[in-house]
Amino acid sequence: MFEPRIVCFFCKWCTYAGADLAGTSRKQYPPNGVVLRVNCSGRVDPQHILWAFREGADGVLIGGCHPGDCHYQDGNYNTMRRVALLKPVLESLGIESDRLRLDWISAAEGDKVVNVMSEFVETVRDLGPMELDLTDRLSGAEAPDEAKGVKVSTAKKKAKAKR
Amino acid sequence: MEHRIGVFVCHCGTNIAGVVDVKRVAEELAKYPGVAYSTDYLYMCSDPGQNLVKDAIKEHGLTGVVVSACSPTLHEATFRRAGAAADLNQYRVEMANIREHCSWVHRGDKEMATEKAIKIIKTMIEKVKQNEALEPISVPMTHRAMVVGAGIAGIQAALDIANAGHDVVLVEKEPSVGGHMAQLSETFPTLDCSQCILTPKMVEVSQHPRIKLLTYCEIDDVSGYVGNFKVRIKKKAAYVNRDVCNGCGLCIEKCPAKTASEFDEGLSERKAIYTPFAQAVPNQPVLDRDHCIYFESGKCGVCQKVCPVDAIDYEQKDEFLDEEVGAIIVATGFDLYPIVNIGEYGGGDIKDVVTSLQFERLLSASGPTGGVVRRPSDGEIPKEVVFLTCVGSRDPEGHMPYCSKVCCMYLTKHAMLYKHNEHDGQAYVFYMDVRTPGKDYEEFYQRAAEEDDVLYIRGKVSKLFEEDGKVMVWGVDTLTGQKVEIAADMVVLGLAMVPSATATELAKMLKIQMNQWGFYSEAHPKLRPVESLAPGFYLAGAAQGPKDIPEVVAQASAAASKVCALFAEKEYHREPIVAWIDEDECAGCRICISVCPYDAIEFDDEKEVARVQEAICEGCGARIAACPSATAQQRNLTDDQLYMMVSAALED
Ligand SMILES: Cc1cc2nc3c(=O)[nH]c(=O)nc-3n(C[C@H](O)[C@H](O)[C@H](O)COP(=O)(O)OP(=O)(O)OC[C@H]3O[C@@H](n4cnc5c(N)ncnc54)[C@H](O)[C@@H]3O)c2cc1C
Ligand code: SF4
Ligand code: SF4
Ligand code: FES
Repeated sequence: MFEPRIVCFFCKWCTYAGADLAGTSRKQYPPNGVVLRVNCSGRVDPQHILWAFREGADGVLIGGCHPGDCHYQDGNYNTMRRVALLKPVLESLGIESDRLRLDWISAAEGDKVVNVMSEFVETVRDLGPMELDLTDRLSGAEAPDEAKGVKVSTAKKKAKAKR
Repeated sequence: MEHRIGVFVCHCGTNIAGVVDVKRVAEELAKYPGVAYSTDYLYMCSDPGQNLVKDAIKEHGLTGVVVSACSPTLHEATFRRAGAAADLNQYRVEMANIREHCSWVHRGDKEMATEKAIKIIKTMIEKVKQNEALEPISVPMTHRAMVVGAGIAGIQAALDIANAGHDVVLVEKEPSVGGHMAQLSETFPTLDCSQCILTPKMVEVSQHPRIKLLTYCEIDDVSGYVGNFKVRIKKKAAYVNRDVCNGCGLCIEKCPAKTASEFDEGLSERKAIYTPFAQAVPNQPVLDRDHCIYFESGKCGVCQKVCPVDAIDYEQKDEFLDEEVGAIIVATGFDLYPIVNIGEYGGGDIKDVVTSLQFERLLSASGPTGGVVRRPSDGEIPKEVVFLTCVGSRDPEGHMPYCSKVCCMYLTKHAMLYKHNEHDGQAYVFYMDVRTPGKDYEEFYQRAAEEDDVLYIRGKVSKLFEEDGKVMVWGVDTLTGQKVEIAADMVVLGLAMVPSATATELAKMLKIQMNQWGFYSEAHPKLRPVESLAPGFYLAGAAQGPKDIPEVVAQASAAASKVCALFAEKEYHREPIVAWIDEDECAGCRICISVCPYDAIEFDDEKEVARVQEAICEGCGARIAACPSATAQQRNLTDDQLYMMVSAALED
């Protein structure tokens, strides 16, 4: 069976704590997602998401506080807008936009972490492995206009080189 | 810099090691680029475990540490301290969460769980490689606390902080302090009179030179962060000038308009201008415009005519006050689960089916019946009284799944006090199981059953209905399997405790976490029971979960001592995980300035670059993501770090 590789960006105040709660409640869900803890879902840049797909992620899940509950007032509204803008860009790159999911999960919603994770793994499993090689597409030259605009920064190249 | 990272994989007994192959994890990671040392140990947080970390830092000259164990919320501080003790900058210590996010949730697939644990740790190795050595940022702190809610929890917390020498602002939405404890008759397990032990404290908070008491007030807005909160408080119009009113009570006496008394739970009436109860603190009345004749028709005006000091002001408006505080304790208490939700027990339509708080008022010497239990329908003294536990509690299908913790005890108290009142009456308690976990509690229950002949019936009542002036109680005794039918004179419902009505709204305003039922969440259920995860907020009383008075008071004092510990430092030391902008690369576009909600970014007109004011920046990162030139970064969570972490999470 195809085991999707999923990167999750969870904000530390809500969704990350919700995932902790799922743990302390010993709820079970598939192990496909690796969680990165960010201060706020608003920290997630479309660049990070594109980078994840480029690095072979089959799906990207972003979790933040419910609208109105963001610890930093309105960070999650930024996330909402960015994800909405990024979805058509993904499609234009040939990436099914369902491979990117944004959900609001509070610190009390351990159950929701389980449901969203399980559902998302299934969605991505149905979509199959990401076979697109984005290495060239995202370097700028061939990329559609929307994608050109996004800064595939030198930062990550530097970062790669550093290793 | 050459990386020399240490990886420490914790077994957590069998919590992690039972699922994740910790030996294999440690071995695999020893081969990962930049890792100089990798090991596993039974309990990394124990003293020997921490020493293992400290020794390894010194022995192997580690430049960074990844402790792979539980959630950072639990032990990040522990291991940062351990690192610092071995002269490794504390911000070069990170935790990889392989328990809550891995072993506990993937028990079915050890192989995949082990692989996932390796990936999680790799992401943190990549992060720590680029972590800067930082120092906490010191910011000035306001040594003044705010307590929201003045039930016994808020009163106790405010007194403790004030007695420790700090100023306190105590905010209560009702016209008087006291909360629910003021409504109680006598209190288990000692049966001391509630008012007698509470009112001296109520008076003390109102007179304490360090406490600013704001009753009939609500929180309107909160901004800032721990050490420096700005709170806007709405002082609701009372139509009484509180500066001049001397509390003579003439207005109350003469007011012709009446409505149901909230304090007596609808069992008596109060005037439109009123104090909730005789011992109210402060003792100044408020005018309830919804029931006032003057506000309805422009007529009456009696209170204004009789007031000897001209305190009545029908034109009074809501006022707003701004207060600056360094810490906030939330102590907003509980409400009873609404009786209307319990259709099978009449939903509040059967007069002689009363709530537990109504029964407290009937038992109270200062209550509507002077302490003699009389039924609401006809004022007769009931001869058969049935008490029901777990009404709305422990009922995951229909109502609340949790145990409200105090109902078994107070219904036992009710039955006992009723029997003390009415020696030849009969008291029945229907129970699921009687929970008496507290000092002297079991003995109290035994006394009720043995000395006061309270009849305990194990079982659930399926239905209550009225018949011939009686309340018919249909249930089953689950011990004998017999059907039980009682024609009772009165039934008392031990309704569930739920968070107070405004708790959710307040939590959203303060940005503090709640559980799914709306009780405020503590930072850790065992080790940090009186702190919110959000820095600067502390929890006290039934707002955090159902509890009785001894527990409420203990928790309130604990919250107060946490605030005092915070105030023990002159300045507040904040996490330095803030934004920074590379002046050489900043294009001066000002986009970040427009998105920062804290106004933490200033513009240098000379150099034409944006600059982060570290003392103000909250480190949300949202504005960093907005920077079109990737110049704005977050310390120790830079774009570079995130890219590398993503890559590590996806490596095979
Ligand atoms: C019927 C009954 C009998 C009981 N008998 C006993 C007993 O015998 N012994 C015992 O130990 N315990 C008993 N208890 C439990 C006891 O009542 C509680 O433990 C205690 O009163 C809780 O105190 P608190 O301060 O946390 O909450 P509360 O008493 O509910 O006080 C909260 C205060 O906060 C205020 N508030 C709420 N929201 C806001 C807001 N947004 N802004 C400002 N202010 C706000 C409220 O107006 C209130 O004054 C009994 C409980 C019940 C229901
Ligand atoms: S004006 Fe209103 S509050 Fe005053 S006495 Fe008349 S009814 Fe009562
Ligand atoms: S009559 Fe005037 S002074 Fe007396 S309690 Fe009423 S408002 Fe206060
Ligand atoms: S802090 Fe959770 S989304 Fe902003």
